[in-house]
Amino acid sequence: MREPTTLVVAGLAILAAGTYAARLSGQLLRARITFPPRAAKLLEAAAVIMLAALVATTALTEGHGFSGLARPAGVLVAGVLAWRKAPFLVVVLAAAAVTALLRVLGVS
Amino acid sequence: MRSIWRTLDRRGLADIGLTCLAVFFIGLSYGAIAVASGFPLWVPAVLSVLVLAGASEFLFIGIVAAGGSPIAAALAGLLVNSRHLPYGLALPPGVTGRRWGRLLGTHVMNDESVVFALAQPELPAKRAAYWACGLGVLACWPGGAVLGALIGSVVHDTNAFGLDAMFPAVILALIVKDLRDARTRRAALVGAAIALATTPFLPAGLPVLLALAAVVVTL
Repeated sequence: MREPTTLVVAGLAILAAGTYAARLSGQLLRARITFPPRAAKLLEAAAVIMLAALVATTALTEGHGFSGLARPAGVLVAGVLAWRKAPFLVVVLAAAAVTALLRVLGVS
Repeated sequence: MRSIWRTLDRRGLADIGLTCLAVFFIGLSYGAIAVASGFPLWVPAVLSVLVLAGASEFLFIGIVAAGGSPIAAALAGLLVNSRHLPYGLALPPGVTGRRWGRLLGTHVMNDESVVFALAQPELPAKRAAYWACGLGVLACWPGGAVLGALIGSVVHDTNAFGLDAMFPAVILALIVKDLRDARTRRAALVGAAIALATTPFLPAGLPVLLALAAVVVTL
């Protein structure tokens, strides 16, 4: 961890307090206003888009460059298994196993 | 607590138990990845108890480990956790508890507890499912994270075991049900492309935020 500890603690506190506020505010709003379902859907879609972008960048990149083939290959196999409704544990273990196997075979 | 066991049937409790077990295993990989990225044990431990929202914690760890600012990482995590606001809107009043109980009931709101609550027909069952799953996750997520961090600090080259592929696989498995919707899938692919295209030029964390522009695809 290269960042100073105080900064990490500050980030941690912001994330924890803000998340609690998000959990609470929806319940408080529910009693008061009618929220357009479209807006709620949009928030949900935004979260999925960000998570998909996170999957793509963590699978394919390392720093500012390409991660190598082994990791995205493992994630691809996991994606196919998840799409075919394989159990969660199988999906996650397959990703690690395929990536580890490729590295044993000399594919980075 | 005892009313939870009376209100829910065996099948419902088994589903909640399996979900909590899965959460425990994600917690293991989360703790191992966090220490492998150079964090001391207390960071994933404290995050898992106080934030209690997996995807945002992975994101926080990932951005800081890549050299990004912890403040920017926290804001990115908050963006991911903003979905808890519509969750709160979706839950009928009373599910999360009343008065002091609601302080804890609010904290245990997560993807799993909300899904189980919404699946139940009546308020008492909704409340029981919500609390059973919420408290289960509150025990399993930090428990897995701490154990994973302990294992990870013994195992040095986690890349050799393919652990670095687990994080994207976990997130992918969690969002795959949303990706079955064609419109969401299109937007997600556009967002992923934006993030990948900008990664070589931008500081860590920003590409994922820029991906939000793809939300116009869903309009």
